[in-house]
Amino acid sequence: MADAAFAIPAASSNGDFETPARRALRRLLARKGAVVGLLVIAAFIGLALLAPWVVPYDPVATSWTLVRKPPSALHWFGTDDLGRDVLARVVFGARASLLAGAISVTIALSIGVPFGLLAGYRGGFVDALISRITDAMLACPFLILAIALAAFLGPSLRDAMIAIGISTTPVFIRLTRGQTLSVKVEDYVEAARAIGNPPWRIALFHILPNILPALLVQATLSIAAAIIAEAALSFLGLGQQPPAPSWGSMLNSAQRFLTNAPWIAIWPGLAIFLVVLSFNLIGDGLRDALDPRQR
Amino acid sequence: MVRYARVADSRMLNFLGKRVLQLIPTLFFVSVLIFLLQHLLPGDPALVMAGEERNPAVIAQIRAKYRLDQPIPVQYFYWVKGVASGDFGESLRIKVPVRDLIAEKLPVTMQLASMAILIAFLIGIPAGIISAVKKGTVWDYGANLFALWGISTPNFWLGIMLIFLFSIKLGWLPASGYVPLTENWRASLASTIMPAFVLGNAIAAILMRHTRSAMLQVLESDYVRTARAKGLSERVVILKHAMRNALTPIITLGALELGTLLSGAVLTEQIFSIPGFGKLIVDAVFNRDYAVVQGVVLVTATIYITLNLIADIAYILVNPRLRG
Repeated sequence: MADAAFAIPAASSNGDFETPARRALRRLLARKGAVVGLLVIAAFIGLALLAPWVVPYDPVATSWTLVRKPPSALHWFGTDDLGRDVLARVVFGARASLLAGAISVTIALSIGVPFGLLAGYRGGFVDALISRITDAMLACPFLILAIALAAFLGPSLRDAMIAIGISTTPVFIRLTRGQTLSVKVEDYVEAARAIGNPPWRIALFHILPNILPALLVQATLSIAAAIIAEAALSFLGLGQQPPAPSWGSMLNSAQRFLTNAPWIAIWPGLAIFLVVLSFNLIGDGLRDALDPRQR
Repeated sequence: MVRYARVADSRMLNFLGKRVLQLIPTLFFVSVLIFLLQHLLPGDPALVMAGEERNPAVIAQIRAKYRLDQPIPVQYFYWVKGVASGDFGESLRIKVPVRDLIAEKLPVTMQLASMAILIAFLIGIPAGIISAVKKGTVWDYGANLFALWGISTPNFWLGIMLIFLFSIKLGWLPASGYVPLTENWRASLASTIMPAFVLGNAIAAILMRHTRSAMLQVLESDYVRTARAKGLSERVVILKHAMRNALTPIITLGALELGTLLSGAVLTEQIFSIPGFGKLIVDAVFNRDYAVVQGVVLVTATIYITLNLIADIAYILVNPRLRG
């Protein structure tokens, strides 16, 4: 179904036929920023998957003889307040962050897109109801809503992801609704309606594929925001629980030892920054690559 | 002429009326959402208030006093009735009216937020203008890198790094704490400049990007070409003709970024131990102080909705084409 959006062949500048998906990919890969972003994310995914083989230390093993040791040949990033290897914790922490980014946005997409399609396509009372609830959710600042929800659900990584997912949902409802409104008056949708397609079929097979590019860009940028939000919740003690490693909770404990052991604070923050920056670069690249005005 | 103006005015009033009417259902849903949060939060408030003893008679008394024994719609009704008259209830933990707590903490966050917005405008708008005017140069590249850095840096990490640099290494600024503006303005500015920069930084990046794209659009427009063709200096063209038109939407955007600010304040205040709105809500969540959580979220949402409305009105007022 995803391919349907890009399935219509189009002529490229050199006269050969090129599918829109391929053209978008070519244009994405022509952007240095986006390529760097993709490489960094691929590296982090690789590290997260291969974590036990990449670092020789257990991320939760404490050692009283190694408390707060500065970076050395044995411990490249130093050790933390309980003598744990900071590099091992940063590498294993990538799992929590990447998972949080992917799962929260999946939750937001799977709730937001159907409701957005429904509101945009049906209009009338359904639209008014969904739109007002969306407005109400958007009126509560994102992180405050996520904190309140995370507090209700309980402090754990799973519940933090659900809280972030729900808080991200209104953005996707609004985007899907707006895109649906502009696409549903297109001739091909009229044609699909004229030959008697049922509304669900029009929404799923004629509208959705055509709004995918906008959703894709927003999803990439939302992953970046979700990763920051997960780190924030973990920082506050509402996400991943110690001793399991997470970048946010590492920063929280690091703050207490900033005077004597600043290295504990540098690496997890740098990791969040790199991952978030990369998703933002990919999102920006995708936006330009998928923008039909910039052929 | 007069008649046209009247038609336009009545249309505008119509629009504004609609816009204000739309607020009612939004506020209703906000209040329902916030009220339900209380029932979603874990733990029983009556047990929290009863303390260690858990005396059933005391618990029953607390339930009756706070109407916790009534059905949820009834509780909602009493809550809204109270809120409408400015009564947000009482902090379950420290037994102080929530209204007083908010009145005490809000100015602190407002000071932070205004300083942050000021910093954001001072950095974001010039950076956006320069990068648009000098498109494709090192300046443009640098400004874009700054913007990317700004939106990708987690503000709590930036805060920790600033404390490390300016408080621990250089010893220039206090690492934490807050001095009210009325007490000692110098000490107050010293205690808030770092958190304000942390908050303003991300917004500066967003403003820079919007300013850049608005300026680029305006610079390609006919009236800028005309102004150039008239032989006006580039300086006048940019400052007088282009900037004025590009910046109107940016200023309204600045107002909307307050939501981002309030979210950011939660962590920033935590890191710098500033007793503001953000710290109030985090403490309340951890203490299961429902009334405070509700009050803070409701006030935040109301501020946000109101600013949204003001931004919309301002946008119409400065953009004559939308009036007709």
